[in-house]
Amino acid sequence: MSERVAVRKTYKLFIGGKFPRSESGRSYLVQDANVSLASRKDARDAVVAARAAVKGWAGATAYNRGQVLYRVAEMLEGRREQFVALGVPGDEVDAAVDRWVWYAGWSDKLAQVYGGANPVAGPYFNLSAPEPTGVVAVVAPERPALLGLVSVIAPAVVTGNTVVVAASPTEPLAAVTLAEVLATSDLPGGVVNILTGRLSETVPTLAAHMDVNAIDLTGVTDAEQAADLEVRAAENLKRVLRPAPADHDWFADPGLTRMTALLETKTVWHPKGV
Amino acid sequence: MFEYAPAPESRSVVDIKPAYGLFIDGTFVDPTDGGSFKSINPATEEVLAEVAEGGAGDVDRAVRAARAAYEKVWGPMPGRDRAKYLFRIARIIQERSRELAVLESLDNGKPIKESRDVDIPLVAAHFFYYAGWADKLPYAGFGPDPKPLGVAAQVIPWNFPLLMLAWKIAPALAAGNTVVLKPAETTPLTALLFAEICQQADLPAGVVNIVTGAGETGRALVEHPGVDKVAFTGSTEVGRAIARAVAGTRKKLTLELGGKAANIVFDDAPVDQAVEGIVNGIFFNQGHVCCAGSRLLIQESVADRVLESLKRRMAQLRVGDPLDKNTDIGAINSAAQLARIRELSEAGSAEGAERWSPPCELPERGFWFAPTIFTGVTQAHRIAREEIFGPVLSVLTFRTPAEAVEKANNTPYGLSAGIWTDKGSRILWMADRLRAGVVWANTFNKFDPTSPFGGYKESGYGREGGRHGLEAYLNV
Repeated sequence: MSERVAVRKTYKLFIGGKFPRSESGRSYLVQDANVSLASRKDARDAVVAARAAVKGWAGATAYNRGQVLYRVAEMLEGRREQFVALGVPGDEVDAAVDRWVWYAGWSDKLAQVYGGANPVAGPYFNLSAPEPTGVVAVVAPERPALLGLVSVIAPAVVTGNTVVVAASPTEPLAAVTLAEVLATSDLPGGVVNILTGRLSETVPTLAAHMDVNAIDLTGVTDAEQAADLEVRAAENLKRVLRPAPADHDWFADPGLTRMTALLETKTVWHPKGV
Repeated sequence: MFEYAPAPESRSVVDIKPAYGLFIDGTFVDPTDGGSFKSINPATEEVLAEVAEGGAGDVDRAVRAARAAYEKVWGPMPGRDRAKYLFRIARIIQERSRELAVLESLDNGKPIKESRDVDIPLVAAHFFYYAGWADKLPYAGFGPDPKPLGVAAQVIPWNFPLLMLAWKIAPALAAGNTVVLKPAETTPLTALLFAEICQQADLPAGVVNIVTGAGETGRALVEHPGVDKVAFTGSTEVGRAIARAVAGTRKKLTLELGGKAANIVFDDAPVDQAVEGIVNGIFFNQGHVCCAGSRLLIQESVADRVLESLKRRMAQLRVGDPLDKNTDIGAINSAAQLARIRELSEAGSAEGAERWSPPCELPERGFWFAPTIFTGVTQAHRIAREEIFGPVLSVLTFRTPAEAVEKANNTPYGLSAGIWTDKGSRILWMADRLRAGVVWANTFNKFDPTSPFGGYKESGYGREGGRHGLEAYLNV
């Protein structure tokens, strides 16, 4: 009996909840697979998808977003072996699952920690509450491919932002596989969009894009390049998260700054009186 | 009124055992020194199950089990893992929601549409919310490393049996405490099903213990020297007794007690919306709600119009089979409670208030009370001062906002209040002056796990829900 010939997977982009190939028709060989090589046009398409998803996702209740993020954790736990087969260490998968759970819980708590009533000196009700900034472009760290990716996506989306993520160019398979997890987790299409390929092609487009509200440069390792991207981002005053230090411990408690950096604070005044 | 065909929810989804033991240290055990009692369906008086009555020795066993679980398992466990157990419980409640809803309606008498659409979804949401706190306690605003208290003794009422269980157990466990909970004697069944859910979630033994019984069981639990925290929801009278019982100990105490909320309708309020809010405020859950809007204060100039609309709306309320999906008002929870409602209503008439109920056919068996309003009520009347805890509304009038505040606050209670007006600044002006822990504006009886709930004055102290709800279970 002949040995069964395996069916191989096509690794594609993740845009608007669908898995298209690059519009450029290109791919590159990495991790023994042909992975889509995203173009500038793919990046722009991803921003359109992310923008379209903002209204529904930011408008969802915090409870609902928390449920969806927790569902992502459930789905990721179920695919643990698949990530291990891609070379992701088991403890990294576990930490990635736990990170989704951690952020799921923040959905309906951050406003209670980061917002609140302000005792202004006058007969006024005054309340500050955080709101998502909108579309966030994210440069995922090159390594750890899964935990690093989850650690930049989850804090951006839990508060109601939508993201366009440039995945690790050298280890993109974890990102494409995570997209499969997200696609089966009740996450509305367009909330997370993932581009694979060269950062030099997609990221400058995202940094300069006038319909992107914030950019997370975590995965940019070259200081000069980071500065250039920050200059581009300044055009429409994007909120900028600067690159993480090379020795950043991705397993440590992530704190709040990844969430708060991507929020606006809205303060409402209202007079009191009969 | 329209004729509706019966639309009963099926009972087949629940499997009630003929008898239940106590849930101690992860298993159901027989009481060693207690007897048993029957839990009945208040809509039919049918016996649902025989339930163990925990005695002092059983309480002691449960407290010891909780202590051991606290010291060996739950206390040392990282918050991240406690969170996962609580998320599991939340998920199982979602998965078994219909079963829980039907059982709650059978044992309590509340309409299935309430248990299905309000109680059980809130229970799951509450566990989900506090699960998320378990690994975030340093962020809750109580210092960098807040510690649990230890073993919590929790005694809950019969009006929202499983929801009150959730309000007690979820924050306690999230903060790292273990619990011994006593459900009310007329509604123990969903708590016992919750014990099975704890087993299904593989919650470590002893973290949750359920000891069924009546007042004496509750007293033994509250007074047990091995508990570090007492949480009680119920009557102000029992709350006072508990406050006395823990005096001089190091037990931390939170109390959520009675209420006599004012629901205040101004002349610029949209009448139809206000009437829906008034009906929801007093007839939701048969009026068995500590925060019920049981005193309606209407601005004099619109009183006739509001009352006319209210009576028309009340005539549409459907009273009857709790399992029927069209039922608005179910059964009164017990014969004792029915007697109390009748007594106070008779006092209302005797003291000179005018009683009105819509024509309303009540079932022959079971405990029933037609939705009722009293007009011409003065502040001196018993029905304006005492908590009736039934579908009975006392109507008073006022002329100015200041008079509304005066009358609203003229009560020893301070749990909730309602304001109906189109003017935002007036809502906030009123809210500043109302001595009540929850103020609803242009809505009523809204609950959310993120929102703190609790009273001023003799409605108790401490808050349940939200970030504030953690404080009751932390050593801060």
